[in-house]
Amino acid sequence: MRLVPLLVSGVITIGLILALNRPWGSVPPLGSFLSPQHGCWQNAEPVDQSYSLDLDFDALKEKVSVYFDNRMVPHVFAQNDHDLYFVQGYLHAKFRLWQMEFQTHAAAGRLAEVLGAGPDNAILNNDRNMRRLGMVYAAKNALTVMEADTTTKTVMDSYTAGVNAFIENCTVAELPLEYRLLNYVPEKWTNLKTALFLKYMSYDLSGEESDIEYTNAKAVLSRAVFEKLYPIQPDSLDPIVPKGTAFDAPLIHDAMPANADSAYFDWKEPVHIQPVAKPDKDNGSNNWAVSGSKTASGAPILCSDPHLGLNLPSLWFEMQLHTPGSNAYGVSFPGAPAIIIGFTDQVAWGVTNSSRDVKDYYSIRFKDDSKQQYWFDSSWKSSVINIETIKVKGGADVKDTVAYTVFGPVQYDASFTGSGRTKGDLNLAVRWKAHDASNELRTFYELNRAANYEDYLHAIRNFSCPGQNFVFAAKNNNIAIWQQGSFPAKWRRQGDFIMPGTDSSYLWTQKNMIDSTQNPHLINPERGFVSSANQLPTDSTYPYYLGGSYNLYRGISINRRLHQMSNITVNQMEQLQTDNLNVMAETVVPALLKHLNAAGLSADEQKYLGIICSWNFRNEPKEKAVAIFNNWMRLLESEVWSDEFANVPKPYEFPTNYTLVEGILKDSAFTFADNITTPQVETLSDVITTAFKKAVPEIAKAEQEGMLEWSKYKDSGIRHLLRLSPLSRFHLTTGGGADIINATKQYHGPSWRMVVHLTDKTEAFGIFPGGQSGNPGSKYYDNMVNDWSKGAYQPLWIMTEEDASNKQVKYTMTFQK
Amino acid sequence: MKLIISILITALLSFTAGLYLPWWSIAPAALLVTVLIHQSPFRSWLTGFLAIFLLWGCMAIWIDIRNLHILSGKLAEIFPLGGSSVLLVLVSAIIGGLVAGFAALTGSYIRKR
Repeated sequence: MRLVPLLVSGVITIGLILALNRPWGSVPPLGSFLSPQHGCWQNAEPVDQSYSLDLDFDALKEKVSVYFDNRMVPHVFAQNDHDLYFVQGYLHAKFRLWQMEFQTHAAAGRLAEVLGAGPDNAILNNDRNMRRLGMVYAAKNALTVMEADTTTKTVMDSYTAGVNAFIENCTVAELPLEYRLLNYVPEKWTNLKTALFLKYMSYDLSGEESDIEYTNAKAVLSRAVFEKLYPIQPDSLDPIVPKGTAFDAPLIHDAMPANADSAYFDWKEPVHIQPVAKPDKDNGSNNWAVSGSKTASGAPILCSDPHLGLNLPSLWFEMQLHTPGSNAYGVSFPGAPAIIIGFTDQVAWGVTNSSRDVKDYYSIRFKDDSKQQYWFDSSWKSSVINIETIKVKGGADVKDTVAYTVFGPVQYDASFTGSGRTKGDLNLAVRWKAHDASNELRTFYELNRAANYEDYLHAIRNFSCPGQNFVFAAKNNNIAIWQQGSFPAKWRRQGDFIMPGTDSSYLWTQKNMIDSTQNPHLINPERGFVSSANQLPTDSTYPYYLGGSYNLYRGISINRRLHQMSNITVNQMEQLQTDNLNVMAETVVPALLKHLNAAGLSADEQKYLGIICSWNFRNEPKEKAVAIFNNWMRLLESEVWSDEFANVPKPYEFPTNYTLVEGILKDSAFTFADNITTPQVETLSDVITTAFKKAVPEIAKAEQEGMLEWSKYKDSGIRHLLRLSPLSRFHLTTGGGADIINATKQYHGPSWRMVVHLTDKTEAFGIFPGGQSGNPGSKYYDNMVNDWSKGAYQPLWIMTEEDASNKQVKYTMTFQK
Repeated sequence: MKLIISILITALLSFTAGLYLPWWSIAPAALLVTVLIHQSPFRSWLTGFLAIFLLWGCMAIWIDIRNLHILSGKLAEIFPLGGSSVLLVLVSAIIGGLVAGFAALTGSYIRKR
């Protein structure tokens, strides 16, 4: 009788299959994952794989040809817009499907659905934060106007159809690795997801403010001290629109509410809320255009490099999109149609962030805990209660109640105080420009077809949020820059702190927007160049309050160099875009050295001082002075400000680095050097010397470990979106840093570098830190990282249909009915 | 001889099934072969194990070589197998082999009964 062994081995077999067919914690189902015919091995692309394909889709109107060059850039030749964006959607999905969906999940507050709640509910909190910020609400509002416009509706519909054409026909081999690792499958793409992706960029670029931090500082510091610590305009500002430019009188006036002193400025209540995952302050960019009068060829050159979080798969996907009526080349966002930064046959454009403050908080007084009614303009007004259901992988659904007020959603309340679990004694509603319906896609659609300055201006007028500095150059030698966006006309300091939410006089609405024609701009200036680097757009004579938080030193560096240069070549522009001069150090180090009391320094201290003394102020990869300087400044900041902030509740922010630098330059007039908690009066010399001595031990330790060279100390890398180290690239050799034109920080920096020379036949160069493929098993996943680190560029091939048989065409895909 | 033929048939059948069916189709394939071609329980187990160990192992090696180990090295760090492509191939092959081995063993007992 063999029944017993039969049963035993049968049970073992079935048990093995069941055990290997399900995930265990973070381990994916190993059977399907490791099967060479079904699992991860399918993502291991042969290095000589051909991407040539012939595909048929009923949705297409005419034949579309896609030529891949040797850098795997697809050049799409379609006969109409519908087919063009269908194929763009298909290609984005083919090369980047997982990140497209993941980023829209992040925008929609759906990461816990695929990742679980995370340690300390970090992922769940992140999801709650995005929902309570009203990201989906914002995307739906935008979608309404994007779909009301027949042009953008066609673009979005075609794009969505193209993405779905890939998803529906996705073979087991084509399923991106991350889906296998996390054990889920893609869902259908929708126009809403495209809107969500664009809102994610709004979040990244206009979701940063310091209302809570400033409110806490204001709660303790006197108004006079606050104004000194957070000045509205730095002394050394070199704005986008040169100082001294005359501005027209404002078209609207926004008066400060009568009770602003008592209800706003002198309101001293601190806020015990720790904002979740604030976008990086350095999300910004450089861009500039030089007129032919300054170039060797006589043709204008435009440069653009957006600074964002550096991730893999790369944020950008490079493409050429051609129809009989349009030809655009540049980088696109997987997740959205059109070219975002690039050039056409006649013009080029680039963007930097405006950094204006279009996100404000209002303190709401609810009638009771049900949050159904709130006090507004002397009566109880009903809120709209929205119940969010968050799916959690491996757990029960989480429900979250969000009350919507006339301002917007109540992001923070007793049930949600951000990442710090402190008391929620305030209800803070968020008013954010990104909530208002607008059609930014229309801007890119039109820019992709722009032939002159008027086309450019018409295109960007559709752009509302996040406000951007659109730089422009045309072959007819027009150059321009416009700070474009819908910006509320604010009274001085409006929205820098949390505002009263009981009164319409503090609310800004569509009626309060500055007319676009009054936005800061500069067209064909005599100096022969326009530029921006997230600095204040104008000096204080601009008739509106600018708010926001701005960079200072990159703008100074760029303008100084562009002023000096003439007979400019592409090569010089590339060098400028990757320039490592540290203007902040150049400004402040002489003053630091003057004040440093060198008597009694130890041998070690003398040695590091010597390195600073002989520094040429360039953040080169091998330079040792950078880390010494940065640590010195960091500790000096702490020496100078800690006493003033000792009683300020957390969270707060120290004043900006330029406030400290400019204070030091004021010499003995800078009274904050004194530690107000000690009886004696500390001088600048005391704090500068103390900070230097405190910096030395860490520096000595880094040197002992062989890590003092700037590149090693900074340790740049490009991280996979899931923060999986093996899928990331670490320990890159890079220079630059925050406040440097080459803005490469540890995990943040130039996400695309582009130089476009608008000669008769356009010459363009570019690179991004990653590769065209999103597949970690492809050689095109990170093949540009090393060149990017070195500051090298690759020529962009602007293809014509006659080039189809050119040697540069490596693969051809055809799409037809 | 019977062993070798059984191994070849199991591998071939599993490969074909794998083109259309989920990964665990290796189990019914291995079981079917040992039901039809009778061998001792141990040799049956060995048939299933070796067939899929070799099938999966060879496929993985073939894929890995053509990929220049780009992906396997990364996966072998995630799992963690010290970044060793060879270990990832072995683990894949052993997992497939074990499932097929016990399925084949079951098949041999069905036949005996």
